[in-house]
Amino acid sequence: MALAAAAAAILVTAGLAACGGSESGPTKLTFFVAIQPGGTIEETAARCTKESHGRYQVTPEFLPNDASQAREQLVRRLGAKDPSIDVIGLDVILTSEFANAGWIEPWQGKQKAAATKDVFPSVIETATFEKKLYAAPFNTNTQLLWYRKDLVKKPPATWDQMIEEAEGLKEAGTIQVQAERYEGYTVLVNALIESAGTEILSGPEAVDLEQKPTEEALAVIGKLAHSSAAPPNLSTSNEDSARLAFEAGESAFMLNYTFAFASALAEAPEINKEMGAAPFPRVNDNPAKPPLGGFNLAVSSYSAHKKEAFEAAACLSGKKSELTAVELDGLPPSHESLYSGKVVKKAYPGFAGLVKESIEAAGPRPTSPAYQDVTSAIQRTLHPPDKIDPEDTEGLYEELKSNLEAAVKREGLL
Amino acid sequence: MEASAQKAPVKVSSRTRSERKLAWMLCAPAVIAMLAVTAYPIGYAVVLSLQKIDLRFPEQTEFIGLANYGTVLSSELWWMDVFNTLLIMVVSVSIELVLGMAIALVMHRAIFARGAVRTVVLIPYGIITVVAAFAWQFAFASDSGFVNNLPLIPDEMNWFGGHLSSLAVIIMAEIWKTTPFMALLLLAGLVTIDGGLYEAAKVDGASAWQRFVRITLPLMKPAILVAVLFRTLEAFRVFDSIFIMTRGAQNTESVSILGFNQLINRLNLGLGSAVSVLIFLFVVVIAFIFVKGLGVKVEEGRPGG
Repeated sequence: MALAAAAAAILVTAGLAACGGSESGPTKLTFFVAIQPGGTIEETAARCTKESHGRYQVTPEFLPNDASQAREQLVRRLGAKDPSIDVIGLDVILTSEFANAGWIEPWQGKQKAAATKDVFPSVIETATFEKKLYAAPFNTNTQLLWYRKDLVKKPPATWDQMIEEAEGLKEAGTIQVQAERYEGYTVLVNALIESAGTEILSGPEAVDLEQKPTEEALAVIGKLAHSSAAPPNLSTSNEDSARLAFEAGESAFMLNYTFAFASALAEAPEINKEMGAAPFPRVNDNPAKPPLGGFNLAVSSYSAHKKEAFEAAACLSGKKSELTAVELDGLPPSHESLYSGKVVKKAYPGFAGLVKESIEAAGPRPTSPAYQDVTSAIQRTLHPPDKIDPEDTEGLYEELKSNLEAAVKREGLL
Repeated sequence: MEASAQKAPVKVSSRTRSERKLAWMLCAPAVIAMLAVTAYPIGYAVVLSLQKIDLRFPEQTEFIGLANYGTVLSSELWWMDVFNTLLIMVVSVSIELVLGMAIALVMHRAIFARGAVRTVVLIPYGIITVVAAFAWQFAFASDSGFVNNLPLIPDEMNWFGGHLSSLAVIIMAEIWKTTPFMALLLLAGLVTIDGGLYEAAKVDGASAWQRFVRITLPLMKPAILVAVLFRTLEAFRVFDSIFIMTRGAQNTESVSILGFNQLINRLNLGLGSAVSVLIFLFVVVIAFIFVKGLGVKVEEGRPGG
């Protein structure tokens, strides 16, 4: 009995504490964000809490690292108008969907100006929907071509050259990409289509996809899939399997985010010594448009403490937080000026400039309130990669275009 | 209860009436609970399935009649997934039945350590499906799994990279997980058979095979049909293994995954509910075929029944 009473007392006090805010003491804010293994989130949340001088207290709630799974958890809560979310770590692809559904608040006036100052324009674009800013850029991300300096003299400039060179290698003659049926495959497809000189959508409901460049982009995937340069697990490969294979010395080339360098340094120092970084390869004569990832911080429309939530989001996404993120988790900052500082140069030895150029050149994924339908249509139509015949891409092109036209209108099953 | 209900129309005494009233009052909490947790969600899904409703576009909700059903039934994807689901269902239940029967016979005949044998056989069924699916996914992973190191299997085999090989792994995981359940239901039928029948058959010179086919199978028919019915209904809703192993890639999608994608991923509650209602109808039809067509009597086949 005594035990039960004690348990009840604990529950009651916990319940009261959770309400918070209206009573004395700092306002409790909940920060939903994908977990970062290096501890960036805990560190920034603690620092911002301290810097608020008792006005608010940020408690992180972790979401899975997989973009689709994190989204599933967020949309379930927001769809049900859950007031327990204050600040959201929003994957760059989700801005349009969440803003259109009325789940996140626009940034205005001084706060907007402060959140976008010194930030890469391509990154601001990912936080914008219908000309309004809906999130403060936190960190960005981009893919580089990682290659083995001991096996490859000069990094290839185009995909064709890279496939040819990999085929000619006696050992480690494979190229690691992300081609499992998940968001990472959309990232690859979009980067190739953008690099070929066209884009998937020209407006929220307008499919662009110029025929010739799109077919060139599709042919690259088909060529890789049917080549000896394709790793055996191509159709189930993701960022992590790519990194593991590269670290095991199985591949001379890898397209992957910046975390791959720090990972190899920790897991495979021998490979890391021979690890070179180069720009994302071109598809044709057009300049390459590498992938753009990252998180922006948004304030939930159902938060009971929006004023404090905006303040906290501004602090959590600020330059100091970005420096923590690059130091602890190798995540590239979204502020341009940080790239000349020593923290970034230390995290990206010898390739900080390359990361910056890659972010500036990046071709973001399409923005649409129906993005989930768009990405599902792309993945369904083009997966597995070896279904693409590099010699004859016309049929698949037509299919992709008509599936996307249905997807932007949210028609049909996906 | 049944007997009194049959007699009731003739003449209802006041005592019978008050007993019936009491019975209804005693049942009421259970009936209300069932209505709240079963009838209400099913009804709500039907209502949702008649609307164009998408949580991402809250202002665009409207009543559209049966249009969602039209979209689903005219979709190539739906029929492909129905086919996949039926394929997984038929193959896994058939193999489970054979294996389950064999295991049931072993468990029945086990002379020493009976309890231990039965417990060991049940272990896979006790493991959460998601956990089992992860275990098999890791086992068959092309880079780190142990399966590719086994003799006769190529080291470079990417099990989840092809349609048939993915399906084979999914079906195998299903079989591994639920054969014990099948065996348990069959064992329950097996123990009800009178041992004297076997003695008599032996005396008459029947071989072991004849005894199995002429005595065991006919007498176990109710138990077998109930076991197959339960497993078939469960197999038609296969979700966890596919969700973990392929997420539906390589055309391994089941109808439940399709419903999940519309509901949770796209937040298209209208289309998703239409898929759910259609799955419900499929399940009803399967149960109907078993009960009416094959004459399953669920009460008789129940363990210990």
